Amino acid sequence: MSLDIRLALQRPGFSLNAELVLPGRGVTALFGPSGSGKTSLLRAVAGLERASGQVTINGQCWQDDERQLWRPVDQRPLGYVFQEASLFAHLSVRANLEFGYRRLAPSARQLHPEAVISWLDLAPLLDRPTAVLSGGERQRVAIGRALLASPQLLLMDEPLAALDKNRRGEILPYLERLHTSLEMPVLYVSHDSEEVVRLADQLVLLEQGQVVASGQTQQLLADPILAAHFGDDAGVLWLGQIQCHDDHYHLTRLQVAGGSLWVSRRPESSGDRLRLQIRARDVSVALNRAEDSSISNLLPATLVSMSDSLDAGHLQLLLDAGGEPLLARISRRSAALLGLKPGLALWAQIKAVALLA
Amino acid sequence: MLGPDDWVAIWLTLELATITTVLLLLLGTPLAWWLAHSQSRWRPIVGAITTLPLVLPPTVIGFYLLLLLGAKGPIGQLTQWLGLGILPFTFAGLVVASVIYSLPFVVQPLQGAFISLGQRPLEVAATLGAGPLDRFIHVVLPLCRPGFFTAAVMGFAHTVGEFGVVLMMGGSISGQTRVVSVQIYDHVDKVQYAQAHWLAGGMVVFSFVVLLLLYRFNPHARSTP
Repeated sequence: MSLDIRLALQRPGFSLNAELVLPGRGVTALFGPSGSGKTSLLRAVAGLERASGQVTINGQCWQDDERQLWRPVDQRPLGYVFQEASLFAHLSVRANLEFGYRRLAPSARQLHPEAVISWLDLAPLLDRPTAVLSGGERQRVAIGRALLASPQLLLMDEPLAALDKNRRGEILPYLERLHTSLEMPVLYVSHDSEEVVRLADQLVLLEQGQVVASGQTQQLLADPILAAHFGDDAGVLWLGQIQCHDDHYHLTRLQVAGGSLWVSRRPESSGDRLRLQIRARDVSVALNRAEDSSISNLLPATLVSMSDSLDAGHLQLLLDAGGEPLLARISRRSAALLGLKPGLALWAQIKAVALLA
Repeated sequence: MLGPDDWVAIWLTLELATITTVLLLLLGTPLAWWLAHSQSRWRPIVGAITTLPLVLPPTVIGFYLLLLLGAKGPIGQLTQWLGLGILPFTFAGLVVASVIYSLPFVVQPLQGAFISLGQRPLEVAATLGAGPLDRFIHVVLPLCRPGFFTAAVMGFAHTVGEFGVVLMMGGSISGQTRVVSVQIYDHVDKVQYAQAHWLAGGMVVFSFVVLLLLYRFNPHARSTP
């Protein structure tokens, strides 16, 4: 089961060239700055854009120029969520939701309105005209509409980009929930590294129409060479297990590969597993264990490599903390003063941990 | 009051305008769609030709149609060869002339509606499994209804109001080509002012009601194409 995508597209001043073999399930983020060709790639996979090459989705061929095979968009079992919700203004919320569903043979309907309506909390919206919905509500309806087409591939083109920060926070949990409960593979275009960290299992890094890197999100985020692409969100993704809670200080102790970390009190119970992100900018290093620091999360680590950061004054450190990679961003000056070199044993000081549920 | 000849002219006019409007919607829709979406280098040329009837004097249109469709004209020879006879001074000839004369009044509102609709709703419909005809019927038609309404009303009203082309192409044959505007001209020519008044006043009322409908049901309609 895989997504086989080989597409090339020439436009004046822009060329796209992508050869990807992606896992046939889970969320794959197409990540890159604007103009990197991620939306063009998504549109070409859908058939909205005519690129040359080949698209095979879990064994089903949608396009193969060598065999002169081209399925028009309406004959591809896909769901597409555009940046703007693009609801049909002449239809009710319910009719919008069922637009694709009604066009499916009953045997091809894998998802049903009741289920999707309850997943996305759409029940209170059904009888409202689309014009009065908020941006976040509209996008939820658009997502539901795409899901009800029972797609074998769900394509999402920056579905949160047109929303403000609060609305985005409103939708992200729904997307996370879909991620865990849906079988179908998702291609998710984004230029927001927070979304990628929270949603994507795999990551394709695009720049100027070319694939720079592709792989597990966790591995790519921990690659110091790629850190520049993620800006302030560069950092590793770890899995932690709750050890115990400290109700006096309102803290929770997490067991990670390299030791244990204190984080703000979590509602989960001990033994539960959590995904956490440690950003490079939140990690500093010391030669000795600092006993008199306000930073209580200290992990022993070994320096693996040092590489240039986006700004000339900083270096990106790759550390090994108990077998797990850890990124740190420190100033070039500090690195010189501490005499850092690969192989050195250090203490990683972790200022903040972002928990991703 | 209106005489039997007047009623014949009124029915003929309505028949002509109805047939013309139906034909124009059928022909104008694909043409407007192409003008709205094509990237072809022919688009400006076709657009200009489509708009020509808007600016040319009706006599010019009528004159050239007469030459083209007449017994010695290329199209006239074609219609004769096809066994259709020649079109000038027949009702069919009037229909052809009216279609050309009112073309921009139908194409332009449709073209505007298609442009403002944009590609997005069609792309969305395609991703939801709707084929081309399905998209046209369930997305384009309902979302462009104001445009179709304006196009139909303008095409109809403009055909009812034509005079110069009819005179050049159709003359004044009762029950064949003598439409209301020509009938009014004949009444005035014969100094039958009372009958001319009935028809002319009727045209004023008709046109007013048509435009009122247009603005009442289509507040954003453009008054000029």
